[in-house]
Amino acid sequence: MSIWEYANPAKFMRTTEGALPWLVGSAAICCVGGVVWGFLTPEDFRQGSTVKIVFLHVPAAMMAINIWVMMLVASLIWIIRRHHVSALAARAAAPIGAVMTLIALATGAIWGQPMWGTWWEWDPRLTSFLILFLFYIGYIALWASVEDPDSAADLTGVLCLVGSVFALLSRYAVLFWNQGLHQGASLSVAPGERMSAVYRHPLYLSMLGFFLLTLALILIRTRTEIRKRRLAALQAREMRA
Amino acid sequence: MIALLIRDLRLATRAGGGFGLGVAFFLILSALVPFGVGPDRATLAPVAPGILWVGALLACLLSLDRIFALDHEDGSLDLLATAPLPLEGAVAIKALAHWITTGLPLVLAAPIFGLLLHLPMQAVPALVLSLALGTPALSMLGAFGAAITVGLRRGGLLLSLLVLPLYIPTLIFGAEITRRGVEGQAIGTPLVFLAGITLAVLALIPLAAAAALRVNLR
Amino acid sequence: MIDLGRYAGTVLAAYGVSIVLIAGLVWHTVAANARARRALQEFERNG
Repeated sequence: MSIWEYANPAKFMRTTEGALPWLVGSAAICCVGGVVWGFLTPEDFRQGSTVKIVFLHVPAAMMAINIWVMMLVASLIWIIRRHHVSALAARAAAPIGAVMTLIALATGAIWGQPMWGTWWEWDPRLTSFLILFLFYIGYIALWASVEDPDSAADLTGVLCLVGSVFALLSRYAVLFWNQGLHQGASLSVAPGERMSAVYRHPLYLSMLGFFLLTLALILIRTRTEIRKRRLAALQAREMRA
Repeated sequence: MIALLIRDLRLATRAGGGFGLGVAFFLILSALVPFGVGPDRATLAPVAPGILWVGALLACLLSLDRIFALDHEDGSLDLLATAPLPLEGAVAIKALAHWITTGLPLVLAAPIFGLLLHLPMQAVPALVLSLALGTPALSMLGAFGAAITVGLRRGGLLLSLLVLPLYIPTLIFGAEITRRGVEGQAIGTPLVFLAGITLAVLALIPLAAAAALRVNLR
Repeated sequence: MIDLGRYAGTVLAAYGVSIVLIAGLVWHTVAANARARRALQEFERNG
């Protein structure tokens, strides 16, 4: 029983069909639970009630990056093993990643306003997320522009690979460019820096919720792509017959 | 390979080849910016490094689709792909031709435009050096973008969208070098980074561009 | 409703934007899936 069996579209559809209700249910519970729990936490000494935004901002930012990594892996699997489901999954994941990046940017900017006194600041992390957003948009645009599905998969795969290297490169270039006012990693293990448990636990739940939500959405969108591909194949066969 | 280079250079410098377009655009931009932000030396001088670099970027972008589009249209790209010369080599030559006709003129003309934007004289060596080191990367990354979008109708806009984010590291270090030139600070660190990026791009991107071309020529 | 203090607008704005974006994404995902499923079923019925 190997994971490659799920490269078979039919098996993928059958397995996800069973798993989805559970996935969606648990995603809803964790998301709502985490966010509501976070909403009920006490105010932070320095940041007041705005600290509650962390329960949206951090999970969204994490997923924005994780989704791109997933797209990179899926693109590699397509390039090396030519499994269509993998290419379709990458295509499916991209809009989700773009929205997560947007949420991270928006919540970051809104949070920044009272904290830093400015709606936008070219802080390294925010800037890197803006660049990531540009990469997502380019990727999505390329998929939409190329007509032949296999060529589109190949070209977007190469773009994802090159884009990943440059996204990483940009991260360090941007750090060089502006030392920035973003606080250090809020979940670091350095003793002084650690977030208190009161905030950490709802945050973990929110992060889990966002993760499950992302997984559910990717699976649903991949199923959509598989259906569209199957329909196109059937129609093409009809026309030839 | 030399033959290909000479052919591309001759094509570019012929009438209608677009030679000089990049420099002309750069000139127009250098004239437009003061109209936009005001003519004061105090306003222009601080932003001159950035404007010059962004201008170079955009000027490069203008002629990118020419790298492969013409050959694709008349079928010579297919011939190149099946020729004994490896496609990666052909890509590198075409990027080189693009640099000679677009990047190099920019490097040479930049001091004059720096003058228009009140760039302090002591920054000119830094400006020219950073452009000389950075524009080859711009041409090669541009070739990658052109390879991906060759054959697409109205691929020009998509080309810009794909390529400009890739330009960001080169831009950051290039502009920083120029800015440090203004202040008279040491430019060693960003110079090394810029050179490193360009070398890595020149070595690795032809592979990606050739892969994209093969997809599009199927 | 818990007292959000003077940052009430900020927090609500952040939550509001996020919820709208996520709701939009979920709605689009589900709607596109339903459309594709319908189209495929139609075709398999008629085609």
